[in-house]
Parts: sequence; C-alpha cells; structure tokens
Amino acid sequence: MTSFPILSAVTFVPLLGALLIALFVGKDNNKLAQNIALFISLVTFALSCWMLQQFDVAQTAFQLVERFVWIPTFNIAYIKGIDGISVWFVMISTLLTPICILSGIGGVHKRVKEFMIALLVLESMMIGVFTTLDFVLFYLFFEGILIPMFLIIGIWGGEKRTYAAYKFFLYTFLGSVLMLVAIFAMVIQVGTTDMTAMIGYKFPPQMAMWLFLAFFASFAVKTPMFPFHTWLPYAHVEAPTAGSVILAGVLLKMGGYGFIRIAIQMLPQASHTFAPLVIGLSLIGIIYTSLVALAQTDMKKLIAYSSVAHMGYVTLGIFSFNEQGFDGAMMVMLSHTFVAAALFLCVGVVYDRMHTREIARYGGMATNMPKYALVFMLFMLASVGLPGTSGFVGEFLAMQGAFLANSWYGLIAALGMVLGAAYMLWLYRRLFYGTLDKDDVRAMPDLNAREITMFAPLLILVLWIGIHPSTFRSIYAPTLEKALSDFQVQTGDQSQNAQFQGDTP
Amino acid sequence: MINPQTFMVALPEILIALMGLLCLILAAACGPRVTRHIGILAIATFALAGFLLFCHFRMRFLLNGALPVYGFGTQFVDDSFARYVKAVILGASALSLLLSWSYFEKDGDHRPEYPVLIIFATLGMMLMASASNFISLYVGLELQSLPLYVLAAFRRDTLKSSEAGLKYFALGALSSGLLLYGVSLIYGFAGTTDFVSLAIGFRDHTLIHPGVVVGMVFVCAALAFKLSGVPFHMWAPDVYEGAPTPVTAFFASAPKLAALALFTRFLLEPMNGLASQWHQIVFFISVASMLWGAFAGLVQSNLKRLLAYSSIANVGYLLVGILVGGKAGVQVILIYFTIYALNTLGAFAVILCLRRNGKSTEEITDLSGLSKTNPVVALVMTVLMFSMAGVPPMAGFFGKYFVFLSAIDAGLVPLTIIGVLSSVVTAYYYLRIVKVMYFDEPIGVLDPLPDWGVKTVMAISSLSMIGITIMPSPLIDQTLKAARGFIG
Repeated sequence: MTSFPILSAVTFVPLLGALLIALFVGKDNNKLAQNIALFISLVTFALSCWMLQQFDVAQTAFQLVERFVWIPTFNIAYIKGIDGISVWFVMISTLLTPICILSGIGGVHKRVKEFMIALLVLESMMIGVFTTLDFVLFYLFFEGILIPMFLIIGIWGGEKRTYAAYKFFLYTFLGSVLMLVAIFAMVIQVGTTDMTAMIGYKFPPQMAMWLFLAFFASFAVKTPMFPFHTWLPYAHVEAPTAGSVILAGVLLKMGGYGFIRIAIQMLPQASHTFAPLVIGLSLIGIIYTSLVALAQTDMKKLIAYSSVAHMGYVTLGIFSFNEQGFDGAMMVMLSHTFVAAALFLCVGVVYDRMHTREIARYGGMATNMPKYALVFMLFMLASVGLPGTSGFVGEFLAMQGAFLANSWYGLIAALGMVLGAAYMLWLYRRLFYGTLDKDDVRAMPDLNAREITMFAPLLILVLWIGIHPSTFRSIYAPTLEKALSDFQVQTGDQSQNAQFQGDTP
Repeated sequence: MINPQTFMVALPEILIALMGLLCLILAAACGPRVTRHIGILAIATFALAGFLLFCHFRMRFLLNGALPVYGFGTQFVDDSFARYVKAVILGASALSLLLSWSYFEKDGDHRPEYPVLIIFATLGMMLMASASNFISLYVGLELQSLPLYVLAAFRRDTLKSSEAGLKYFALGALSSGLLLYGVSLIYGFAGTTDFVSLAIGFRDHTLIHPGVVVGMVFVCAALAFKLSGVPFHMWAPDVYEGAPTPVTAFFASAPKLAALALFTRFLLEPMNGLASQWHQIVFFISVASMLWGAFAGLVQSNLKRLLAYSSIANVGYLLVGILVGGKAGVQVILIYFTIYALNTLGAFAVILCLRRNGKSTEEITDLSGLSKTNPVVALVMTVLMFSMAGVPPMAGFFGKYFVFLSAIDAGLVPLTIIGVLSSVVTAYYYLRIVKVMYFDEPIGVLDPLPDWGVKTVMAISSLSMIGITIMPSPLIDQTLKAARGFIG
C-alpha cells in the first residue's frame, strides 16, 4: 500500500483537466481542446490501471481506502475505497471516456471545447460514484452526473433533444430524491454517513422495506427496469454518440452497482422479500423490450431497447441470490458495457456519414464497407450471446442462476435470448445485406483509422471475456462470493447454495 | 440617559441609526451628485456594524456571548442567533446596494434617497432580529416596512413600480393591522408583551386562556405575510415583478431573513408552549408554499415573477426548520437561508445583466442563447439555477440536505417526501432557464455588462455556491454556534 491517494487522483484528474481546458484553451481552438481532453483521459486510464495493479484480489474488504473528516459537525467524512465489485466499474469508466472523446472528435463539430469539458466532468462524477464510501458524497456524485449529461443531450443532441434532456433529468431526479430520503433515514438510524458501517447493519424490518422501495425507485429508473425505462429510448436516440456510449456503458451500470452495493449488502432481508417483484419486472422487461425492439425502425432506438433487455438479465441475476446469478449479473454488466458502447459507436459511424438513423435508409453495406460489416457483426453476435463472445458468458450464467432459483424464470429468460437473436440478426440483415441500391449509401467510405482505434480495444475485450472470462472474474469473484455468503447468513437462505462450481462455461 | 450596558448591546444598531441620519442630511444637502458616495458610505457603515457585532471588546462585555444579554429593559436581546442573522442581513444589504448603481444610473432615478432608505430598512431588520418584546417587534417591523414600500415604488415614473409600491403598502398595512390586533389579544389575555414572561407563563401553565391562541394565530398570519408564505403570498409576484430589479433582489434576501428570524423567535421562544397549536398552522403554510411555489412557477414567463415563486417555495422549505424546532431546526434554517440569500442575489445580478439596446429585459426568453453570446454569465446562471434546484454538487443541495435530514430526524417523514417531490417540480423551471441559455439560439447581443458592482455580486454568489460544497465547515460551525445561543 502506498500513501499516494490513487482513488482521489483517478476521480479528480479529469475534473482538473476540464478546468484546464475551461481556463486556458481559446474559444475556437478545437484541436487543442480535443488533444488535451484525450491526453487527460488517457492519463486517467493509466492511473486506473495502476490502481488495478495495486488492487489485492484476495482481500474482500475495501481497499486503497482514503478517509478524512469533511464536515465534522455532521459526522460526514470523505471516504474512498474500492472492492472487487467497484474496481471494474472504475475501469470501464476510464476506458470508455477516451473512446468517447475519440468519437466526439469525429462527431461533434459545434462547441467542441464545451463538449470536452462536459465529458471530463462526467468522467469525474462517474468514477466518484464507484469509489466513494460516504453516502453524502455518493449521492453528490450520483446526482451531479445529471448536470453534464443534461447538457450533453440538450446541446449536442438530435431533433427532440430538449424533450429528451428534460425527461432524462426529471425522471432520474425524481427517483434520486426518494433515495435521498432513504439515505436520511439510514444516516439517522446508524448515526454516520459511512457506507461501510451500513453494510451488515441490521435495520428494523419495517424500515428496511421502505428503504428498499426508496432505493428501488432510484435504481430502477437508472438501470432502467420496466416500466421505468421510458426515458431511456429518448435519451439514447437524441444524445450524441458519445453521450449514448457513456449512458449505456456506465450510467446504466450505476443501477446494477447500486442494487448490489445497497440493496443486497445493506438491506438483504428486504431484498429477499421484494425479490419476486424485481424478478417479475425483469422478466417482463426482457420479453417486452425485446418485442418492442423488433418493431423499431430507428437503429439507435433498437439498441436502446436491447439495453433495457440486457439490464433485465442483470437484475434477474442479482435477485436470483445465488453464485451463478451474481456472477452472471456482473458479467452481463461488463459485457454490455463494451457491446452496447460498441454498437452505439457503430451507429455513430454511419450517422456521421449519412445523418440518419432510419434502418430503411441503409442496406447492402456489406459490399462497400466490409471492415465496418465485420466489426458490426462481431458486436452484434456478442449482443446475441454467441459462445466465444462476452455476451454468452454473462447471459448463460445469469440464466443458470435464474434456473436454479426457479425453472420458470430460466425458461422465460431463455425466450428473451431467442427474441434477442431475432431482432439483432434482423437488424444486421436489413443494414448489411440485400442489394446496395442507394447512391448515398454506396458513397460511404469504410472505417478510418480513428474509428478502428475506437473499436479495437472494445473488440479485444469482448473476445477476451468470451474466451477467458477468469481474467475478469478472478478480480470480482472473492468479493462477490463474500457478499453472497453474507447475504445468505443474514437472510438465513441456504436453500440455493450453488451446486455448480465451474468458473467458466 | 442610555445606560452603558444598553449602549453596548445595541452598539451596531446605534451606529447604523446615526449614519443613516448623517446620510439623510448629506442627501438633502447635496442631491443626486453624491448618490454613489452615500452608497459607499452605507456599505462602509454595514461593514463597520458587522465588525462591531463580533468585535472583541463588545463580546467581552457580553460575557463572550455565552448567554443572551438584554438591553432597553428586556426589549432588545443580543444572542448568538441575533448576531448571525444580523451579519447575514448586513451582508445581503451591502450586496444589494452594489447591485443598484448601474441600474439606476442607466435607467435614471439615481437619487440619494435610495441608500438612505436601505440603511433605515436594514436598521429595522436588525431590530427585528433582536426583538424580544412585541413593542420592539412592531417598531422594528414598521421601521423595516416603510422604507420597503417606498423602495418598491422607487421608479415613480413607471406604472408597474408605482403599482407594486401601492399594492405592497395596502397589503402590508393590512398585515400590520392583523399583527397589532393579535398582539393586543395576547396582551389582553396574558398581561404582558414580553417574550420571556410569556415563555415562563407557558412553562408554569399560568397562561391557558384560549384568547392567547387566537392572538398567536393573528400574529402568525401577519408574519407569514411578511415572509410571503402561502396563502399570504399574493403580493409577492406582483411586487417582485413591478419593483426595480435591485430592490427586488433586496426584498428576496434581507427582509425575508429578518421576518424569518422574527417568526422563528416568536414561535420557538414565547410561543413554544403552544407548539401543538402553531404546528398545524406552520405545517400548512409550509406544505402549501412548497406546492404552490413549485406548480405556479411552472407557467411563469417573467424571470422576476419566477424568482418570486421560487422564493415562495423556498419559504416552504425554511418553515420545515421551524417545525423541526430546537437548536437543530434553528441551525438548518440559518444554513438554508445563508445559501439561499447568496443564490438569489446572484440570480438577480444576472437579470441585471440582461440589457438590450439600452433597455433592461426580464423575460425568460431574453436569456436565449446566452451561452453563446455571454458564456461566463450563462455559466454563472447555470451554477445558480442548479443550486436553486438542489442538484449537487452545488451548495443549494446542502441547504436542502440539512433541512430534510433534520426533518426526518424529527419524524416529519410525510413533510419531507412532499418537500423533495416539490423540489423535483421546481427543478423543471430552473432547468428551463438552463435550457433557454444553452439549447436555444441567441436572439441578439447584450449591451456591455454593468459595472463592477454587479460583477462582484455574481462572482461572490457563484463561487460561494461551489466553495460551500468544498468547504462547508465554516458555515456549519458558525450556524451551530448561532443556534446554540438560541433559547438558553
């Protein structure tokens, strides 16, 4: 352990970078703003890699903890720390930001400086959420994200950006203020804002129920779960590509992270009680949004709905309360981060060229854009869950967890996978096959170097997880197993002890 | 003769009164040429009074402020609560004076009465903060109100300003009548106008006559009028819109705090024994203000009117602190108000920047595309609006955080839920301002920004919205100290 405050550094370096750009970059010096932003985000990524390297896999407690008193009168402290669960979320945040900046360099042409500032502020806030162990600070970052995201959707978004930005902000804000009330109640009950003190604290059962519902309001909107998902298609469709990537890649994961960190770890008994509700909504969500996705004519909307379906597997896995379910939820989240981010980037590639997302306006692109077709196909198959890609590992485990909990759950989830294959393959067929009869489509150039740089790391990660998931699993597994066994001890639920011990499918 | 103790207790007020008279003579003798000088003199007076509030030799005399010290018999009390409130009032008055120069210089009417009236209104507010008897309460309230009526109608050549002044005066006179009637009832049934005697009477159960309750209700209604709490808020939107913008900024900050401090002291000190009675009243005013301030604000198109509704909603949140009661309640009121005052003064400073072709404009649509024409002003307004909406990491979040935390602690769960939900509704209209500035196309260039006065207020306001988040401890410690001195 070093005394260097690595987590604070990872959190605040992007913010400092944003300040740097705001103060010292001239109004029209777009190139400089882009380069500084890219550089800062890469530095942050390097720092986060260093953080990963210092992370001790065997320990299940919080690590690299930093702590100093912030508001002594109210017992609020600045506490940072990571465990095996949050470390991956930090990594995906730092990885996706440079990719988004690369995408922004190609796709954003107005107010470039401000765009870079917004992205870096957003990165700071996201990392803050995952590394903070003080409830006030957690809420601060969790809510703070709304500001840059609101501006990103509203300034650089599409036609109906204002509506989408409002809907995104108000929906999430509404969920979050209920969470805030729950945080108050917990803080008063426990007497501190330290989240580590709340893990394992036994809240009175009646109170825990209400707390769970309040947190559920926030995380169900964020995840998003059916029927609280209606903001998401708008936000995704109207947001610029970089915004969609961050939204799908990281912001949605905050819901999953919140469910694990707060619902499972702090309110186990209430989670157990409400599991049928959550699972029911997840299953409805998987089937319903898959069907809705089938009917879409806008490709970004289609991928947005597929995101909701995939996040359904996450909540399904978590609330199955067994090792496979937990494992699967984490894997789906990791996989979905890369796959959904890549698919949105893929949409961005053609959108930058044609400025339309209508599926019917494309067709036959396999002929003139072979590289693009290949990249899209790989990510499409990963989204479908083809063995050998990341999608398979997660969905398989999540489904297995659901089967162990109740075979009906597994059956419905499997049906969702079939539908998933249907809408993705059909999308691919409509975009890439058929005759290349539209002139503007024919005129599109294939991927350029910047775009390949964007896709390469995602492609490697998707295949890596698919072929050798243990690299990733080994880091979060001990913490997750500990969380599960704590959960089972607290709820007295031993019935679903894992019978299947395999790490890899 | 004033005895030395009284002199020491009320030293800052005496200074302000004397300086006010001096300024009045100067204004009468020299006319409009010295307006700015008198303004600077007034700010210097406020600074000196602020220094005197906390200066060492006065504090030593007050036994370091550990206990409340009385002056003028028991008419006037000096405790840590009053000192904190006065400090904020002085600061807010000084900042609103800074806002006024460029406005009146450009729009004419730059007359020297303006700073003089502000000085006397401030004096009235300081008396209100220290009043511990209904007589001094009334004197303070009227000393504050009369200059405010004149200020609202300060641009006497415009119809709107005259209307605002008249409306404010007519309704203000009504509320003064209610107040006096309530006070006379309390005096009639309790036999005293002194706060301490009343508190003792309730404690010893010697005051049980229902007439006192009726009197208390009248006083509550009158003070709720001054605070512009629903259903006594009708004057606020019209007066906010009609009064000259720097005056509106002043209205939204210092007098509100004075009325709030008075209300807090009145309910928690002498009337604490009737808590079960006034609880329902304050609860209703609080909930109604939150909801009405939130929903009625949605349809406003004038920025000053919008801020009037926003202030009504904020009164609802502040009253939560009174319902919480005790030291915790007092502390959150002070935290919330300090942040709110800074926030709202900054917002009015931004409105003062909105001038096109030599005319000031104050519609929300006049902000269109401000982020392109004046990025710094737009950024300041964005910070202020997100802070008003209570979105972290701006300081406004901490105001709401501490208010609702204390409310949950006091078991006021339904009130808290209504409060946070109404804050989501208010977020819509604050967001609309951000939306207009960032998402819409510019409609024309603004005139060059006003002088350093307005810029200073904008800088102080927006930087403190971020600074308080980074370092909240000074504010929290000071308010804690202030609340400790309250009620024994």
